[in-house]
Amino acid sequence: MAETIEQLEQEEACLEADAESEAPEQIKINRIRPREFKPSDVAVLLLTLASSFSILWIVFSQLTLLNGALGFVVLWIPLFLGLYWFVNRQLFTRQVAIDRLISSVVTLGAGIMMLPLVLLTIFVFERGLPLLSWHALTSTQQGVTFTGKHTNLGGVEHAIVGTLEQVAIAAVIGIPAAILTAIFINEVGGRFTKSVRVIVTAMSGTPAIVAGVFIYSIWVTRFSYSGFAGSLALAVILLPTVTRGTEEVLKIVHNDLREASIALAAPQWRTVWSVVLPTARSGLITSTMLGIAVSIGETAPLIMTIFGNQVMNANPFSGPQMALSLLAYKQIKLPIQSQIDLGYTAALVLFIMVFAVFVLARLFGSGRRSSGARRSLLSFVRWTPGSSLEDEAADQGGVEGLQKSLEKEELDQ
Amino acid sequence: MVTQTVEQFGIPEKVQIKSKLSFEDRAFRGLAKSAGIGTFVILVLIGLFLLIESVPAFRSQGLHFLTNTVWQPTGKHPKFGVASALTGSLLIAVIALIVAIPVSLACALFINEFAPAKLMSFIPFKNFLTAAVDLMAAVPSIIYGMWGFFVLQPHMTGFEKWLSDYLGGFGVFKNTTGIYTSSFLIAGTIVGIMCMPIITSLCREVFSLTPNGEREGVMSLGASRARIIRDVVFPFAKGGVIGAIMLGLGRALGEAIAVAIIISLSFPITFHVAQAGGNSIAALIAIQWGSGGSLGTSALLAAGLVLFIITLLINMVASRIVNASKLGAR
Amino acid sequence: MSEVSERPETIDGRLVSSSRDASSATDLRIDGVSAAELDAKGIYAWFGARMVLENVDLVMERTKVTALIGPSGCGKSTFLRILNRMHEIIPSASLAGRVELDGDDIYDPSQRAATVRRHIGMVFQRPNPFPAMSIRDNVLAGLRFNRIRSKHKDEVVEEALTKAGLWSEVKDRQKDLGGGLSGGQQQRLCIARALAVKPAVLLMDEPCSALDPGSTLRIEETVREIADDVTVVIVTHNMQQAQRVSDKTAFFLAQDGNPGYIVEAGPTSEIFGNPVDPRTADYVQGRFG
Repeated sequence: MAETIEQLEQEEACLEADAESEAPEQIKINRIRPREFKPSDVAVLLLTLASSFSILWIVFSQLTLLNGALGFVVLWIPLFLGLYWFVNRQLFTRQVAIDRLISSVVTLGAGIMMLPLVLLTIFVFERGLPLLSWHALTSTQQGVTFTGKHTNLGGVEHAIVGTLEQVAIAAVIGIPAAILTAIFINEVGGRFTKSVRVIVTAMSGTPAIVAGVFIYSIWVTRFSYSGFAGSLALAVILLPTVTRGTEEVLKIVHNDLREASIALAAPQWRTVWSVVLPTARSGLITSTMLGIAVSIGETAPLIMTIFGNQVMNANPFSGPQMALSLLAYKQIKLPIQSQIDLGYTAALVLFIMVFAVFVLARLFGSGRRSSGARRSLLSFVRWTPGSSLEDEAADQGGVEGLQKSLEKEELDQ
Repeated sequence: MVTQTVEQFGIPEKVQIKSKLSFEDRAFRGLAKSAGIGTFVILVLIGLFLLIESVPAFRSQGLHFLTNTVWQPTGKHPKFGVASALTGSLLIAVIALIVAIPVSLACALFINEFAPAKLMSFIPFKNFLTAAVDLMAAVPSIIYGMWGFFVLQPHMTGFEKWLSDYLGGFGVFKNTTGIYTSSFLIAGTIVGIMCMPIITSLCREVFSLTPNGEREGVMSLGASRARIIRDVVFPFAKGGVIGAIMLGLGRALGEAIAVAIIISLSFPITFHVAQAGGNSIAALIAIQWGSGGSLGTSALLAAGLVLFIITLLINMVASRIVNASKLGAR
Repeated sequence: MSEVSERPETIDGRLVSSSRDASSATDLRIDGVSAAELDAKGIYAWFGARMVLENVDLVMERTKVTALIGPSGCGKSTFLRILNRMHEIIPSASLAGRVELDGDDIYDPSQRAATVRRHIGMVFQRPNPFPAMSIRDNVLAGLRFNRIRSKHKDEVVEEALTKAGLWSEVKDRQKDLGGGLSGGQQQRLCIARALAVKPAVLLMDEPCSALDPGSTLRIEETVREIADDVTVVIVTHNMQQAQRVSDKTAFFLAQDGNPGYIVEAGPTSEIFGNPVDPRTADYVQGRFG
């Protein structure tokens, strides 16, 4: 007995000792983040950039091939790429060199792409912001004078009113029509579905100026210039855009919902009005906003429909009107700086308007893919000639898809 | 419902049910159908009315409308034609695509394959880039035109001089007038910049639809990123990329305002891209609108008709190509 | 059922047709129809030229639960959809035979499909509440679609949700969107939605196959409870479920691409305990399917 107790105590002591030694100490965890581009590679990149820059700097002054900053950059790029390739080839393998080269080229491309946007924004604000004033926003070009004590340089109010009115009317006409067309394509269907889709695609490829001359030939010749004519042209332009966008969004609405609605004995218009459209609401807002943004910025179709006006015309139904885009277009080719300035002002207001609508569309719009990434707004107006890549899936929403998926389900059962 | 038994087979006659639609459903479907028909009607009307209004122009010039290289719609013997406008539109479109395609493809690849989703783990980089591309597409063409005229043009004149001096051996680059502003190159570059966001966005969409299974399969075989792009992404995306390019082409052909701001209108056919002068159908209409009297207006409408037909044809060809390539890819 | 019509009616305990009076506010009958008997006679179905159902006869008795069992692809769902005229949505579909709801052929040419669907409701395999509508609006959707006016909307909602076994869970958040519930809750919402219009028959197409076992049991309880008010026809792959829930069972079979047909139909205890046909015996004992 005693030895057993002793043994037990010994065992206990051993166990305790074991336990202590196994007590979790502060284990240092070294997290590994596998990265292709290690800090040493970053160093290589920066060094190559710096050295190509320096080489060129020294040599450039000797060469008179190209001048100016643009020339420098144009030469720097191939020099950097060549040097980068060479360095990587020496340090690593050919495979790595190719890969790095392609990464650089691609990144460069993206940078070149973004550059105009940045420069453009700076340009618009730099030229236009100093000119923005209460006066500029609330007066028209009436009574503009350039000399003497009471220099009145004019303002853009008439253009603002014009743009707002024209776009509003265009939206009221065009958007319901576009949504109805999308409903036809997606929900009602029939023998003409494919043809209508083709026609909408064809229309979306039609240049804006063609819409302008069309409205001229059909409306202005009879009723003369007016803001309303401009609205008609804008409506023709935004119709295919909004139709395609709406069609895309309606397709996404799951067929299960339509089935449930039919089983509840809903008439078709009910299904569309109470189930499909509300489910697609945020997408509808996005494509609507997109259409509006496009309309605000259009210039060409307005030349021959609203014609332009230097004084305020708040009546869109009679008489020529002005719009911000048209005003900018007309002013910047004029000789006197203050006239050009008016163009800058109009351009800035225009830019801000478009930007505001864009931000709204992004805020209220939908378009989260299943991956969680946001869809590009342009994907809403994706003009893919013929059917889109996902058309073939029987999962598509809409009448055809519903029928296909029902058939599939029934056959599976 | 009729249930007749066919003696031979013992199977009753099948009935396809076509229930009568209620009034409200018929009204609804009728409304939707009329919207569909309406689009067709609009397209027809465009062609029709442009045709009607351009009759005076065609009557005056006949088929020479397509070949004349002057523009004088007034006076005793009016003579006008869109030959240089046609070549000019084409030239601008080609330059635009040359500028736009590599950059757009690169950007689409970058956003899709190379860009980290989050910079420093909280800035949504990819979303930001996508939004930036969208914003570029939304910027009005007048603003592009203004930027091109006031900012880009001065910088490009130097480049044009260089081209003329060193590559003038190729006739296109030779400058014979000494004036480097208002050239095709500048106009084409601006139009190219305007086409970039659309091409990029479409290409990006197509790239992102590459099935992950294929991509992972190739990756597990040890392929580098470049190889994945070349062997998986591109073949799958070919049709979409072509579609994107054709879309860009259509856009480039139809762009009026940016071109109108930059070029100085000239009517002889010219292929010198680095010198002043130029023409394009859309810009012609924009610049000449209001002058030339009723015959001039008719002429411009005829030009509009030509532009309409051209873009329509491009649309149809693009559809064919994209659909054919899709069938091939499957 | 004398006339199946589409006049707007009120569910208030009062009927539009003057010849009847409702007995109580909760005892709501439409056109005198409570749980009805559904009688399918000689049903054939085709997709295009391909026959998928052959000579199916089945009586689904009032206030009873009838289960349709059988392996995949033998036409059970097709048969179900023929019962509420959803089969004909597909353009290539055609059928032959009669389906009688308390004696009236639902495929009579003068009969409108929508009216039939009002009285024969359906719950689907995947829960499909309307995501843009609140829970309350989801339940009331059927009334809205059929233009049924009611002054007692709250009671209608409460009654339907109670019958579906969901009331206690959502009574404080009726205004929340319908899509925000769990899978089982969503399916019960769909059941409530279907029940709110007081159909005579409720068709259920594998209502539990997309749900977890806990929700499944809840719904089976619901099925047993609602059978007093509404005839239930339920398609199920789960044989234990069929045994738990149904009074009558029909065993469907389709062999080698041939059309489906009913091998055997009868009281559930008989089908599972003492089947006549050996194929039935094989299936219910799990030897195939």
